[in-house]
Amino acid sequence: MDWSSFLPLLPEIVFTLMGLLVMTLELLIRRKETIAILTIVSIGVTAYFIPQSLGRAFNGMFVSDTFSVFFKYIFFLNLLLTVLISLKYLRIERSEFGEYYSLLIFSTLGMMIMASAGDLIVLYLGLELMALSTYVLAGFVRHSVRSNEAALKYFLLGAFSSGIVLFGISLIYALTGTTLIQELPHRLTQAEPVASVVALVFLVASFGFKVALVPFHVWTPDVYEGAPTSVTSFMSVGPKAAGFAALARVFIVGLTPLAAHWQWILAILAVATMAVGNILAIQQVNIKRMLAYSSIAHAGYAVLGLVAFSPNGLSSMLNYLLIYAFMNIGAFSVVIMMRSEGVTGESLEEYKGLARRYPFVSALMLLFMFSLTGIPPTAGFIGKFFIFKALVERGLVWLAVVAVIFSVISAYFYLRVVMYMYMYEPEMEIEGLSLSPALGLAVLIAAIGVIVIGVYPEPVLTVAANAGLYLP
Amino acid sequence: MVEFLFGYFSVVIVIVSVLVVTSRNPVHSVLWMLLLFFHIAGVYLLLNAEFLAATQVIVYAGAILVLFLFTIMLLDLREEIRLGPFTGGWPAALAIALAVLITVVAGIWGLKPAYIGPWGIKEIQTETHTKALGKVLFTEYLVPFEIASVVLLVAIVGAVVLAKKKLKT
Repeated sequence: MDWSSFLPLLPEIVFTLMGLLVMTLELLIRRKETIAILTIVSIGVTAYFIPQSLGRAFNGMFVSDTFSVFFKYIFFLNLLLTVLISLKYLRIERSEFGEYYSLLIFSTLGMMIMASAGDLIVLYLGLELMALSTYVLAGFVRHSVRSNEAALKYFLLGAFSSGIVLFGISLIYALTGTTLIQELPHRLTQAEPVASVVALVFLVASFGFKVALVPFHVWTPDVYEGAPTSVTSFMSVGPKAAGFAALARVFIVGLTPLAAHWQWILAILAVATMAVGNILAIQQVNIKRMLAYSSIAHAGYAVLGLVAFSPNGLSSMLNYLLIYAFMNIGAFSVVIMMRSEGVTGESLEEYKGLARRYPFVSALMLLFMFSLTGIPPTAGFIGKFFIFKALVERGLVWLAVVAVIFSVISAYFYLRVVMYMYMYEPEMEIEGLSLSPALGLAVLIAAIGVIVIGVYPEPVLTVAANAGLYLP
Repeated sequence: MVEFLFGYFSVVIVIVSVLVVTSRNPVHSVLWMLLLFFHIAGVYLLLNAEFLAATQVIVYAGAILVLFLFTIMLLDLREEIRLGPFTGGWPAALAIALAVLITVVAGIWGLKPAYIGPWGIKEIQTETHTKALGKVLFTEYLVPFEIASVVLLVAIVGAVVLAKKKLKT
C-alpha cells in the first residue's frame, strides 16, 4: 500500500485523532481550562501539517490546494478565537461541559472537508458533519428556552436544506454520470440545459442557506440571537466561510458552463442580501440580532467576489472572509465581556455611557464597528475596496455602486453603537465586565488583525491572490 | 410490468406520505410510515438494488420505527396539543410550494441521462448489487465512508449532550 497517497488528507486525519483525544480526555480531566488548552494545541499540531499536504488524493475526490489551505487557516483562526472567548462565558451560562470543545473540533473538521472536497458526496458529508455539530452547539445551554429554540429551528431548516442539496446533486449525477467536480464542466456542456439550471437553482438555495443569502436567511436572526454568544460568533464566521468555499469550488470549477446563469442569479441575491441585511439591522435593539443582520449583509458583499468570476474577484472574497473573521469575532467578544452574572449584555441600552467606565473596551468596540462599516484605515475598508475593485474591473460598475450605497446605510447602525458608548450618560449601573486573560487575548488578536491588515495589507493580499489564482 | 409496478409504488408512496403528516393519532402516523418504508423498499427492488431494499426494511422498518413506537408509548400522549399555525399567510406558502413543484417538474421533464457511470444496470446484474456496492464503497468511496463514521460519532455525542447532561440552574 502506498501511504503517500494519503498525504493530502493528513491534516484531516491528524485533526480527527486530536478531536477523539480531546473527547476522551474530557472524561478524565475535570479542569475545563486544560481541555481548552488541548484544543488549542491540536490546532497548532494540525496547522503544522497543512502546508505539507498539497496534492490530490483518491482520484481527485479530495483536493488540497492553496485555495483550501487559505480556508483552513480561516477555520483555525475562527476555532482558536472561539475557544478563547468561550471559557469564562460558558461558566457564566452554567454550561461548562467538555463536549463543547470536541464538538467545535468536529465542526471545524467538517468545514475543512468542505473546503477540500473535490467530489460532491465528500462535500455533502463535510457539510453534514459541520452542521450536525453546530446544531448541538446552538442548543448547548440546555436550561435556556431561547437556546433550545435556536437549535431546533436551525436543525429543522438545516435538514430541509440538506434535502435540497442532495436533490441538486442527484440531478447533476443524472445529467453527467459523475460526482467528481473537476469532471463536471466538459460533461455539462452537452447536458440538457433546463435540467442543469434546475440543479443549479437547488445548489444555490442550499449553499445560500448555509451562508445566509436572502431569501434563505430567515433562520439567521432567531438562531444567532438564541444560541450562546460564543457559538453565535463561531457560526457567523466558520460555517459561512465553509459555505463560500463550497460555492466557489462547485460553481467556478464544476459549473463553469453555467456561469452566465449563476452570475446573474448570485448578483440578484447579493443585492437582495445587502438590502435586507442592512435595512433590517437598523431597527434592531438587541445587539446580537443586529450583528445577525449585519452578518447577512456581509455575506452579500462576499458573494460579489464570486459574481465577478475572475481570479481577482475570488481572491478578494477570500481576503474579505479572513478580515470578516477578525472583525466579527472581535465584536462578539466585546458582547461576551458585557455578559456577566445577572446581566445579559445584549440590549443596546446597556452600552450607553460605556466609554466613561471602560474606555479601552469601548475603543476596541469602536475599532470593530468602524471596520464592519468599512472605514479606513481598518481592515474592513481593505476587504470592501478589493471586492469593489474586482467588480469594476469586470465592468460591473452598477453592482459596485449599489454595494457602496448599502455600505453607507450600514454606517447608521454600526455607528449608533459607538454613539451610545461615547455620547450618552450611563443609564444603568454596569456591575463590571467579565474579563479573563483568555478573553483579553482573543480581543487583542482580533484588534491587531483588524489594524495590521488595515494598515499593511500587502502580505495577506499576496497570499489571497495566490489562493484565488488556483481555481479558474 | 415494471412501469406498472413503479406507478403503483410511487402513487402509494405519495398518498401514504400525506397520511403520515395528517394523521391525528401519532401511532397511526407511525404505522403509515411503516407502509411507506415497505413501498420505498419496493422501488429499490425495481432498480436492482436488493441490498438497499433489505437495509431499508431492516433498518428503517425494523429498528427506527420500533424506536418511534416506543418513544410514543413512553411519552404517553393522551391528548393532542392543538396549536394555531405559527406563521400566517398560507397563500404565499402555497405559491412558493407551487413554484418549487413547477421547478422540479421542469427539471425532471426533459431529463435524459447523457452519461451512465461505470455501474450501469447490466454490470450490476452480472456482478450482483451487494457485491458491487461493497467493492465501490470500500475502494473508490473509502473517504466518504470514513467521513460518514465521524458524522455518526458526532450524532451520538450530540444526542448525549442534549439529552443526558444534568441541568444546572
